Amino acid sequence: MEITTTEYKRCEVVRANGRIDSYTAPELEEVLNKLTATGKYKIVLDMSEVDFMSSKGWWVLIETQKKCRRYNRGELVLANVKDRIRESLDLVGMGSYFKIYDDMTSAVGSF
Amino acid sequence: MPTANFPARFDSLAKIGKFIERATKEAGFDESTTYAVQLAVDEACSNIIEHAYGGENKGDIRCTYRIANNRLTITLRDTGRPFDPEKIQEPNFGAPIEELKPRGAGLFLMRKLMDEIRFDFDQKLGNVLTLVKRIPE
Repeated sequence: MEITTTEYKRCEVVRANGRIDSYTAPELEEVLNKLTATGKYKIVLDMSEVDFMSSKGWWVLIETQKKCRRYNRGELVLANVKDRIRESLDLVGMGSYFKIYDDMTSAVGSF
Repeated sequence: MPTANFPARFDSLAKIGKFIERATKEAGFDESTTYAVQLAVDEACSNIIEHAYGGENKGDIRCTYRIANNRLTITLRDTGRPFDPEKIQEPNFGAPIEELKPRGAGLFLMRKLMDEIRFDFDQKLGNVLTLVKRIPE
C-alpha cells in the first residue's frame, strides 16, 4: 500500500491505495498518528483507490477520529469511499462516525 | 474440493482474498456478495492469527471451499488455541465514539455477512471454522 500526505491551507489530505487490512493498517495508523502528534486534526482521507477495508482499518480511523474530535479541534472526514466498503461500514453502523463526501472538493471544502 | 494452505501471517491475507475470489466466481456471486464473503474470511483469518495463534508465524491456515446444494461452503482450519465465540462481546456500535472499544468487530461482521458460521474444535484436526453463503436461484 502507498500512502501520501498533502498539506492544504485548511486541512491535510491523506491518500491510500489498495487494501487496508491487518497487514497494512499499521502503516496508515503511523501516518495518521504523525499528523495528530504534530497538532494536525483536520484530515481528509481520500479512499478513491482503496478497494478493500477490514475492521482493523476501521479501528485505525475510529481512534484517529477520537483524537481529532477531542476539544472540537478538528475531524477526520472520508472522501470517495467505494460502494462495497460503504455497505460494510453501514452494515455494522460505523458509518455514523464519519462524514463521507463523494468528491475531494466537498471534502476539503468542509473545513 | 479446492484447498490451499497459507502461513498464518497478516501478509497472507491478500493471497487468501484471491483464493476466495476464485470460489465466489465459481459460485457465480456478484461483486457485492464477493466482497462480503472476502471480508468475512479476512476477518476470520485475522482473528485466527491474532487470537488462535496469538501472533504471526505460529502455524498455518488451511482453506477449503465447496460449492454444492446451492451453497458456497468455506472451511478454515488452524491448530491454534480454541476459543469460545459466545464469550466475545459484540461491539457497542451506536455508542458515543469515545466509548467505542475495538473488540469483537470481526466476529460481528462475519455473522452479518455470511448466512451461517460454525465453530468446531477437535483435538486432532484443531479448530475448524465453517462459513456458508447461500447461492441465489
